Amino acid sequence: MSFKLTVDQDKCCGAGQCVLLAPEVFDQREQDGIVVLLDETPDDALHAAVGEAASVCPAAAITVEEG
Amino acid sequence: MTDTIHAYPMRKSDGCPFDPPKELGELRQQGPITKVRLWDGTTPWLVTRFAEQRELLRDPRLSADSTHPDFPRLVPIAPESTGARLSFIGMDDPEHARLRRMVTAQFAIKRIEQMRPAVQKIVDDLIDELLAGPRTVDLVDAFALPVPSRVICDLLGVPYADHGFFQDNSKVLIRRSVTPQERDEARLRLVEYLDRLIDEKIKALQDDLLSQLVERIEAGELTRGEAAQMGVLMLIAGHETTANMIALGTFALLEHPEELARLRDTDDPELIASAVNELLRYLNITHTGRIRMVLEDIEIAGEVLRAGDGVILANDIGNRDPDAFPDPDRLDLGREARHHVAFGFGVHQCLGQPLARLELQVVYGTLYRRIPTLRLAVAPEEIPLKHDGFVYGVYELPVTWQSSPSAP
Repeated sequence: MSFKLTVDQDKCCGAGQCVLLAPEVFDQREQDGIVVLLDETPDDALHAAVGEAASVCPAAAITVEEG
Repeated sequence: MTDTIHAYPMRKSDGCPFDPPKELGELRQQGPITKVRLWDGTTPWLVTRFAEQRELLRDPRLSADSTHPDFPRLVPIAPESTGARLSFIGMDDPEHARLRRMVTAQFAIKRIEQMRPAVQKIVDDLIDELLAGPRTVDLVDAFALPVPSRVICDLLGVPYADHGFFQDNSKVLIRRSVTPQERDEARLRLVEYLDRLIDEKIKALQDDLLSQLVERIEAGELTRGEAAQMGVLMLIAGHETTANMIALGTFALLEHPEELARLRDTDDPELIASAVNELLRYLNITHTGRIRMVLEDIEIAGEVLRAGDGVILANDIGNRDPDAFPDPDRLDLGREARHHVAFGFGVHQCLGQPLARLELQVVYGTLYRRIPTLRLAVAPEEIPLKHDGFVYGVYELPVTWQSSPSAP
């Protein structure tokens, strides 16, 4: 069961919750702390962490598409 | 109908210094959303359940613009200061994002993590001073305030020697029981102080956050007034909140000795990190809710919030919602609590949260290990509580300990 990730850099408020939860998948831009997606199709083992990152993202900037 | 509307904010019950007011729990059991009455007779919505709080705080149809005449106010304000606000926390996007993004890089997770050795040194030095001094102290003055004050001074480029000045004025600003004039005067003194510091940085840039704001001013991206307001916001938020979490957290742990023992006896960073989240959830020091105003009608939980209505998201009771946290009134440092709303939620979620977490991890992970016999020096009922603060905590925490504590 694979999944695809997208992030919305316009919505992101740089809280960094996603980086705490899944540093393999998310990072923050050097100049303004806004989210950078390192891996659009992360390993299934990271599914739970990425789902939680989307859930706790205060700005709803992370979307997980199943498929 | 009207006489059943509760006054807000409510006061915590005597003998329950760590719990939200019991009326809030009763209101939450009746439904996710109700109305309350403020000091001025207005009746904003009060949202008490975790799920609805998160949904609404992420909804762009709610405004945080505190200069709007219909914005709910928890205290009287002077008419001439209706337009006053503490930088971007009182603004909506895109203005909010423009200003916030000028400082988000400094609070990025990895950047903050690099500060860990410096924070550990500040904490260790202050504990050395405690252990070398008299064996009964007020932990607020001797430790809880100095730790975050020194950290934020270093980060912003504010001289720590001025801590008496900025701490005193911050205390006035976050107290509900002062007059509007007193609050305004304190705010203006802080803005003037930051403006003077900005002036110094203009003459000689340094490696600090205020100097970065000066570069923005010189690039024409920021006005000097905006920079001073932002400086005040970060200075206050940077020391008051964390100081209260340190002192109130220590009080709570001393009253929960089994939980305290878990922290004292561990060096597991994951347990310490989860303890920080749990104490943030359980104590929720921002105990007068997140305040918003409705911009467009919103249907939620069978109610319609109309444009112009005030909304208070009571995150203290949201963090005690059993649907989000099983057995919510129990302090359990090992529980999974990172989804709490103590830092708020939505685009205004606390900018400084990585720094607050770092400081609390270092403090909680060090203080009780190095002073294992730490205890209250007075009865718990005698600890003065900040019932009248926008931020909850203790005014003083007299503590003592036995001699021959362990080495760092």
